[in-house]
Amino acid sequence: MTDQTPALRLEGIVKTFPGVRALDGVSFSVMPGEVHALMGENGAGKSTLMKVLGGIHQPDSGQIVVGESPVVMRSPLEAKAKGIVFIHQELSLAEELSVAENIYLGELPRKRFGLVDWPRLEAQTNEILGKLKVGFNAKTKVGDLSIANQQMVEIARALTVDAKAVIFDEPTASLTDAEKVVLFDVIADLRAHGVGIIYISHRMEEIFKITDRISVLRDGQYRGTLDTAATDEEEITSLMIGRKLDLTRSARTHELGGVAIEVRGLSCGGLFRDIDFEVRRGEVLGFYGLVGAGRTEIAETLFGLRDPSAGQILLDGEEVRIHSPAEAIARGISLVPEDRKGQGLVLGMNCRDNMTLPQVSDLKAGPFVAEGAEVAIFDQYRDRLDIRTPGWKQMVGNLSGGNQQKIVIGKWLSMHPNVLIVDEPTRGIDVGSKSEIHNLIRDLAAQGYAVIVISSEMPEVLHVSDRIVAMYSGQIMRTFTAEEVTEDNLIQAISGLSGEGAAA
Amino acid sequence: MSGVNKAQIGGFLARQGILVAFVVFMVGFTLANQRFLDPDNIMGVMRSSAILGVMALGVTFVVISGNLDLSVGSMMSFSTIVVLDLHDKLGPALAIPAMFAMTLCLGAFIGFLVGYLKLNSLIVTLGMLSAIHGLTLTYSGGQNMDIADKEGTWFSVFGQGEALGIPVPILIFVGLAALLGVTLGKTPFGRKVYAVGGNGTAATFSGIRRARVVFICYLMSSFCVATAGLIQASRSLGSQNTVGQGLELEVLAAIILGGASLLGGSGTIFKTVIGVLILGFIQNGLLLVGLQFYVQYVVTWVIIILAVWLDIAAKRGKLWSPIA
Repeated sequence: MTDQTPALRLEGIVKTFPGVRALDGVSFSVMPGEVHALMGENGAGKSTLMKVLGGIHQPDSGQIVVGESPVVMRSPLEAKAKGIVFIHQELSLAEELSVAENIYLGELPRKRFGLVDWPRLEAQTNEILGKLKVGFNAKTKVGDLSIANQQMVEIARALTVDAKAVIFDEPTASLTDAEKVVLFDVIADLRAHGVGIIYISHRMEEIFKITDRISVLRDGQYRGTLDTAATDEEEITSLMIGRKLDLTRSARTHELGGVAIEVRGLSCGGLFRDIDFEVRRGEVLGFYGLVGAGRTEIAETLFGLRDPSAGQILLDGEEVRIHSPAEAIARGISLVPEDRKGQGLVLGMNCRDNMTLPQVSDLKAGPFVAEGAEVAIFDQYRDRLDIRTPGWKQMVGNLSGGNQQKIVIGKWLSMHPNVLIVDEPTRGIDVGSKSEIHNLIRDLAAQGYAVIVISSEMPEVLHVSDRIVAMYSGQIMRTFTAEEVTEDNLIQAISGLSGEGAAA
Repeated sequence: MSGVNKAQIGGFLARQGILVAFVVFMVGFTLANQRFLDPDNIMGVMRSSAILGVMALGVTFVVISGNLDLSVGSMMSFSTIVVLDLHDKLGPALAIPAMFAMTLCLGAFIGFLVGYLKLNSLIVTLGMLSAIHGLTLTYSGGQNMDIADKEGTWFSVFGQGEALGIPVPILIFVGLAALLGVTLGKTPFGRKVYAVGGNGTAATFSGIRRARVVFICYLMSSFCVATAGLIQASRSLGSQNTVGQGLELEVLAAIILGGASLLGGSGTIFKTVIGVLILGFIQNGLLLVGLQFYVQYVVTWVIIILAVWLDIAAKRGKLWSPIA
């Protein structure tokens, strides 16, 4: 630990994509035996930086130094060979193979004639597993293991190479509390062996529990490194957010109408529980929380894609049970889904047909689709939403992300819904279209729609919402009004650190 | 000029390959045998393609909805045997609706398994191919089925009759193609079939009852199979248990030749009709050139595989690619 040469050092890493400076001179270093947190909002450049370290992207300038030698990595394989190992949030294991086969995949020990040397494979594997003190052995099938234990297999795989730096990307996202304890033990063990660790997480409590230092990225730039022992959440948060966001939106001038949708005690298995909220006509209710906090699952339940295990949904004061999207739509609930290409659009269909899809059965001239009426609807919403496309015959797959999203929004507006749910309204959309869509959401509220916006981006949720529900791990921590919410108390609420007390 | 590079030529072949190959075949056949373009021969090709064509119309719905139907060959044998048997027992006026009802039940069963239970269509219809064959053999006791009085029945009109100088099978094929073409291209149901096959999740998120759409597609497929069985039975007035064997693959070949993707979401009835005719003319041309009947199997299969290759190549814009 007295060794002053960093395990991994980044010097002025720059990476640009067309139109975006994703990384703008990022420099920091990780010492051997140090757990170094990397923090930043979504879009701050963390994932791009990881792809540079993993050999997926090459930096435009700057260098990566492992130990004392600068390295150039053109592929994930080269990165691994240089001693940089990733433990991904999404596991990449062959579930049908054994633990041993997964750990040594691609480099199985051989005997004569190229046959696998099973005894040696098993012995090597059990030696590594012994270090990790896990409750399974080399022959266990990976598909039979829990997610936490599968993560252990990934870690074991990392130990087969002479790792200089191990990068954990949101490793606790799918772990139980007990499993986290085991993971933290392993991290402590790696640190004791002098490995440098980069730990990416949004969860403040973990950051404070296991890291030594914290580096913060914002808008692709390195904003500084803090000693964990000498800092607090507020300092980290202000580094992460930095700029005073433009939250000035014209004060609401319209009156709110009646309660369009009310949810009481809604629960669904282990996904979310005891959810209470109401949305009035003319109001935007924001849902903010980490990925996996249960926000999307609530939307899917309201839209009839999941059956709740308890609780009530009331539309205009009347309790309803919704078992399918078709029923939800009939009752005036619309969902702009989170995955635009997978759930929102049929990419191989033209713009008009996508937009009228939910109501195609109602647009009839005799037994046929009234194509004239369809074109009229398309033209109306193309103008209203300013959708830029050469014409309705254009395949939706050829449009930009922003225009695709407007097609999905137009699809539901043309149904005149009572409640419009928008999940991640601007994911993967360029900055210009983003503010257009934000303004659109405000306009819709002004026109009397009850709107629910789910977002992982704090500026977005602060900008569009009249009230904000902060969720953590399937529960509502607190509901803020626009007047009382601040970036600090919101980020604290969704990190699970403090709920009601955060306002003080 | 090296401006036109290999990739561009490859891309052109991938998009237009079927048509290019078809034109080459047609010119070649015409040069080899003058009779190829004779009106009688063309009418003959169309008549012999009618049964395959009628079946392909129904399967087109299934394929566009993103599924497969490999059971249509043995289901057609079933329809043929059943209607021939019931002809003598109930008379043709009752035998025909009874056979349609039984065939539709088979289609409904497959539609239930694939649509509502969401089982893999390849496995279900491959299983049903075999199961229905067994059902047919059980029904017939393994015997060929013949109508007793072949001269005195009006039943022969569907396979052997003519109206306005055009054989009835062709009229049925063209009429059904027009009806189903409009259904697929112009009605809300047709639109939903494309949506379900193009992106089933997005269709569900748009409130489309995906299971019901798939179910109806299989029902339509079995209706077309029953119609094809009727033509087959009426034409021959007697049949073996294996009369439809192998047709399921020729149907798929015709649909792919027409340019539909087996992944679903694309294709039209018109394209399927073109595919059926291409297949029919190529097989006829090979016969006229003097190739053995058996050689047809080989050539048909080469064409099917070529069509699948071009289908994939068109997707990725290259004839060959190191990934996917």
